[in-house]
Amino acid sequence: MKCQQCDNPAVFHITELESGAVREVHLCEDHARVYLNQSENGSGQGPQEDAEEQLEKSGLKGPLGVSQTAAELAILDQKACDMCGITFFDFRNQGRLGCPHDYVQFEKELEPLIGNIHGATLHTGRRPTRTKADTLSAEVAKTLLPEGTEELAGIIGLRRGMKEAILREDYEKAKENRDLIRDIEERWFILPSKD
Amino acid sequence: MKLETLTQSIGEWLRGTGPESDIVMSSRVRLARNVAHYPFVSRATDQDRGEIERFLRERIAQVPIGRGLEYIDVGHLEEIDRQFLVERQLISREHADAQGARSVAIDLLEQVSLMINEEDHLRIQCMHSGLDLVGAWEQIRIVDDQIEKVVPYAFHPRWGYLTACPTNVGTGIRVSVMLHLPALVITRQIDKVFRSLHKISLAVRGLYGEGSQAMGDFYQISNQTTLGKTEEELVEQVGDVVPVLIEYERRAREFLVRETQQNVHDQVSRAYGILRTAQTISAEETMQLLSRVRMGVLLGLIGDVKIADINVLLVRTQSAHLQKLRGLELDLKDRNIERARYLRQHFESGEPGSHPSAN
Ligand SMILES: [Zn+2]
Ligand SMILES: [Zn+2]
Repeated sequence: MKCQQCDNPAVFHITELESGAVREVHLCEDHARVYLNQSENGSGQGPQEDAEEQLEKSGLKGPLGVSQTAAELAILDQKACDMCGITFFDFRNQGRLGCPHDYVQFEKELEPLIGNIHGATLHTGRRPTRTKADTLSAEVAKTLLPEGTEELAGIIGLRRGMKEAILREDYEKAKENRDLIRDIEERWFILPSKD
Repeated sequence: MKLETLTQSIGEWLRGTGPESDIVMSSRVRLARNVAHYPFVSRATDQDRGEIERFLRERIAQVPIGRGLEYIDVGHLEEIDRQFLVERQLISREHADAQGARSVAIDLLEQVSLMINEEDHLRIQCMHSGLDLVGAWEQIRIVDDQIEKVVPYAFHPRWGYLTACPTNVGTGIRVSVMLHLPALVITRQIDKVFRSLHKISLAVRGLYGEGSQAMGDFYQISNQTTLGKTEEELVEQVGDVVPVLIEYERRAREFLVRETQQNVHDQVSRAYGILRTAQTISAEETMQLLSRVRMGVLLGLIGDVKIADINVLLVRTQSAHLQKLRGLELDLKDRNIERARYLRQHFESGEPGSHPSAN
């Protein structure tokens, strides 16, 4: 089933009971959030216009803010992740990010959006505790720190670069990337098993 | 794992045991996790997806929790088998309908399931019967701790656990309870309840089958936000409203018995009558009628049916289960006939699962 307000699959199925009549609303996650926010605020507006407005405000769809000119938005849309290559435009369209590095690369752009969704911009919950000595080996423990995400996500970019190099028959470059990937994999104990 | 072995049990969510199980069907906690060195699923190539699947499988096999898990290769399952897993709430509809390499690992009790390559690389789910959010959280925390020791999760000091959709970032946790609220529906108070839940950032959704129609007065309440609060706070946020909802539903049930005794008795008896005599019946109608009968049993209006039996029927009359039990693939029309036959036979013999091919 499709979302009633866009082409994404509907994952939220909300049953509203209003003056005795049942009304079903089928929405994707993003639109559901907007919808629920709107019913919370008790706005008399229909969900349709309100959703658009909210999404625009949140930056998920349409311009990010009033001060943003079309030109500025066009530039922002072309901004791409160095690792997976996803553009901000792709993200705005699909509502899904491309890789862990996006949270670093688009941090400034994501901040208002995340703040809007969660009402907070700082994680206060659990953190990986891989420094414990009881892990596979003390050496693994030392290297699997959460700070490693950035270095590990680097593999995503190197792999992409390797593929592109092979396409243009730059085997020198491809080999270089392959070796860099190996290095990181070794350092982080994530070498793929041979079969 | 052979899915046929699963048809013999009814799975955790409808076991019908646990605290407050007259109203709370099940408690569930889910965590979204991704490995740091691959693109998120929607941006991963077929090869990436295959590698992610193998990497997670191999790593998880190294920790204690991994040894008690059975893997099902969802990517190579027939559609009816995927539907079967959705009906048991072991995988999501999205996971069933996705493309490429993906799997689910399930423990023998069907309490823990790990979906690989759903929207995120790893979705850990833990489900307990009745009201037991804290128990489900304690269990999933252990599972997550073990996996975290061997899998480099994508994590950011500020944003927390990184997820494909920013709506899950931070804790990646979704805490939910499935409630049976027929009396609130009948007394038309449910909208009021939903509104008050939205105000405290909780989401409500109906239980859906194949179609788009809400089924049987079952509602899932879950947290909407995942960032800025600890996991325990979010478990509490959902847990805190449940006793209130239970109280509302109980009061509504008492009201129905007190004020509309004949009316509600009539409704329940009619539902029971249809289930026992229909010649063809849809999954949605069955769910709706079973819901009413379930309430009737709890109100003491129907004497000769057990709640556990109703729960069994709620699972086994769903399309994939019905076909698995029959051992045949059936089209919609034949499924509706088979469902009616199964129900009649069940209520005649007075025991669940009396279908010949269920033995
Ligand atoms: Zn939508
Ligand atoms: Zn990226």
